[in-house]
Amino acid sequence: MSTSAASVAVPQQPLWRRLIGFNLLTAVLLGIGGYYLGWFLGHQVTGASYYYQPEVDESDVSLLLAYVLGVVGFLAGLGFLNYPAARLLGRPPSLREKEGHGWTRYLGLCTDHKVVGIQYLLGIGFFLFIAALNAMLIRVELLNPTPTFVGPNQYLSLVGMHGTMMMGMMTSGILGPFANYFVPLMIGARRMAFPRIEALTFWLLMAAGFILTSTIFFGGFPTGWTGYEPLNDQAVMGMDSYIIFFALVGVSMALLGLNMIATIVTMRAPGLTWSRLPIFCWSVIATSALMVLAAPTLIATLLMAAFDRTISTSFFVTAGGGSSYLFENLFWFFGHPEVYVLALPGFGIVLELLPVFVRKPLWGYRLAVAGMLGVSLLSFFVWQHHLFVSGINADLKPFYILSTEIISVPTGFIFLCVMGTLWKGKATFTVPMLFCLAWAFNFLVGGMSGVVLSDAPTDTDLHGSFFVMAHFHYTIVGGLIFAFFGAIYYWVPKMTGLRFNARLAKIHFWTMFIFFNTTFMPLFILGIKGMPRRVVTYATDLVPLNRWVSINAFLLGASMLVFIANAVYSLVLVRRPSEANPWRSKSLEWQTPTPVPVNNFETIPVIDSDPYDYGIPVGGHTGEPVPAGG
Amino acid sequence: MSEPNHFRRLMLLWILASVIATPLVVVLLGPLLSPGTGSVQASGHQTDTTVLAGVATPVLLLVVLYLAYAVTFFRQEPGGVLEGPAIRSDARVQTWWIVITSTLVLALAAFGTVELVGDGAGAGEGPNPAFVPSGKKLQVQVIAQEWAFTYRYPSYGGIETPHLVIPVDTTIEFHVTSLDVIHSFWAYQLGVKADANPQVDNVAFVKPTKEESFSIRCSELCGIWHGYMFDTGHVVSPAAFQAWIKQQQAVFAPVVHDLPPYATTYAPEPSGRGS
Repeated sequence: MSTSAASVAVPQQPLWRRLIGFNLLTAVLLGIGGYYLGWFLGHQVTGASYYYQPEVDESDVSLLLAYVLGVVGFLAGLGFLNYPAARLLGRPPSLREKEGHGWTRYLGLCTDHKVVGIQYLLGIGFFLFIAALNAMLIRVELLNPTPTFVGPNQYLSLVGMHGTMMMGMMTSGILGPFANYFVPLMIGARRMAFPRIEALTFWLLMAAGFILTSTIFFGGFPTGWTGYEPLNDQAVMGMDSYIIFFALVGVSMALLGLNMIATIVTMRAPGLTWSRLPIFCWSVIATSALMVLAAPTLIATLLMAAFDRTISTSFFVTAGGGSSYLFENLFWFFGHPEVYVLALPGFGIVLELLPVFVRKPLWGYRLAVAGMLGVSLLSFFVWQHHLFVSGINADLKPFYILSTEIISVPTGFIFLCVMGTLWKGKATFTVPMLFCLAWAFNFLVGGMSGVVLSDAPTDTDLHGSFFVMAHFHYTIVGGLIFAFFGAIYYWVPKMTGLRFNARLAKIHFWTMFIFFNTTFMPLFILGIKGMPRRVVTYATDLVPLNRWVSINAFLLGASMLVFIANAVYSLVLVRRPSEANPWRSKSLEWQTPTPVPVNNFETIPVIDSDPYDYGIPVGGHTGEPVPAGG
Repeated sequence: MSEPNHFRRLMLLWILASVIATPLVVVLLGPLLSPGTGSVQASGHQTDTTVLAGVATPVLLLVVLYLAYAVTFFRQEPGGVLEGPAIRSDARVQTWWIVITSTLVLALAAFGTVELVGDGAGAGEGPNPAFVPSGKKLQVQVIAQEWAFTYRYPSYGGIETPHLVIPVDTTIEFHVTSLDVIHSFWAYQLGVKADANPQVDNVAFVKPTKEESFSIRCSELCGIWHGYMFDTGHVVSPAAFQAWIKQQQAVFAPVVHDLPPYATTYAPEPSGRGS
């Protein structure tokens, strides 16, 4: 494969000339054009009036078409159609996608996996920030037991936006930035298996994010991230933003997973056997399997929901002979694997980072792999525990109690591997290490509270209450987001060649860890005391606890500002170069030069061990400290 | 300096902490972890929660103490260049871990199932309940709609009232249904929760044991006024119940003939979908 074109210097053109072509500006313009074309066509097809009528099916037809054509225009403007068009016309395909230099390549279609990784990090970071702001607004409203800040309608929109954006964008929270960037480096490959698909997953996700945000112009949506029918069918046009958002996220997820599996299966360097594969790559495989298998269910479900909303089919609408159970079943058949899509990459990050910081091999490699694949497999057999009080299949409850309890066995494997790796280690408490330890604590609380919810009798009390909310924030924020920040502090020095300010990083960690726990621990109590989720009003005896939670949530938000300040200070203003391998990691990605060359490796490395070759042989271990290399 | 026996120290620490903490959790915290003992089902939940908390305590302690111990003893100075022992696994530890965790979760699953099958644990069981408590039952229908609950008493002429009053020490057979979107009927102190699905008859059983008021909330997001869909119900003596229902029959007699005949589900007309 020839990629020498990448190193050829591009002649500098005047700015106005560079603005014409396939780039973000063209994409936005074509996206807007496509949007209005769809809007116009929709009204032509249905014969609806152009007056703003958010509650009639005809408007949904127009908006859905507008979104779809808008996305097509956006992708065409970025240049995603050039390759298929060229092949259809029999012309030699362009390889330009990789050629860019400088910062402008981050603003367009680029098939370099390292560029896509950084695009993902910034793009997902942006939406994480927006969704976190929504959470802040929710907590402002909940300072008082009756609506004082936003009305009940805006409150539900905030709840829906927060949940949907977090669940949708963060599915790729670790796979997008870190797997795209580091999997090829870890397995000794020069690129991903499908570089164009890789770029497509990112731009689809960005289009989806802006579509979800645009729901505020169409009245928002009242259903929360679950989008339950028939409320979904009843809702105004803002619901269409949810449908298109999640469908695009589904496409992006399925393609991302497919690309990851293909890359890891086919592109490993010689000698990188399955038992030498870095554990992070195993977690990527386990996650990708869930993405590929679960996302299509979501896409199909949303397509059916869109038909119900536009052309009055009745898949989910009881009034027309459909069933709201069907939606719940299909949604959670996707939805439960989805929450493990969020959890599994965290397992991989923690197990990948711990050996580096305790200077020991990963303990129980095979057990960890079994744990991840076990969680992945079992997560397809537990979905009806979300429906314990729904009245569906009551006689199957014992099965779902059993399958849900059993999933804690492979999860327990991961904990044993964490504990085994720490055993007699020589830990240094760098910021990434602190995030890994915090993960262990948070996920333990999240997991143990999950056991209470898996038990159908106790779930009767806790289902749909703040207890559930606390539980999944412990697993997703405490698990995924802590691992995400651990990965940022660990790998961004490699991605940028710059180091973070250590003091600000420590302040960020400690404030985040403390305020995370002071925010979410009391939510368990609120749930036990009977506060349902997604309510804008609550009992007056819960006021003090809710105010405590709100204030701590604001402090948690402030700790994120510390991170942003550190990122701006260290990576934009001061720009102190990082050491080549600041953590003395033995993993392959740290053996490449910084910045990583476009082709990653001049010669493909031959692998002769796993990347956890730390520590001194146990036979020679006398209990005395022995320096590295001894 | 010889290495202390970390394993023995940790085990001693853990056993000591568990022996102290577990009874405290069971005795002091357990009763606070559930809505109380207002019904047979709620008391069952309390037992269940207490057992789960009791089992969870040593497990939580094991991991947390281990983490604290590791952070304290298995460390070196920042910037140190010491390497740990290259231990890659231990078959014995892994086997024991798998055996113990599997036994534990299987036991918990069995325990949860036993708690469930006796009386359905107050949860919605759909139109053909699988777990039915024995004895005579009083049917009460809960009709949810955006955004209120109403209640019908089929054995008292099918009257519909906006108030929920039930007699103590009687097994109540709630039939929960909805006229529009999915709601969820949650009687907090009774330990009852059952989704109200349109065109579905969702049955839940409860036997209240205390004369008390209980709060009712909708626990499934049902639209803009979801947060306002709450109510207070009352458990009263059988005599007081008879008096109350007679009074309700008198109050609502004029409208009974306007109601649709009692049925397990209702299909409101018009369908409510856009033309």
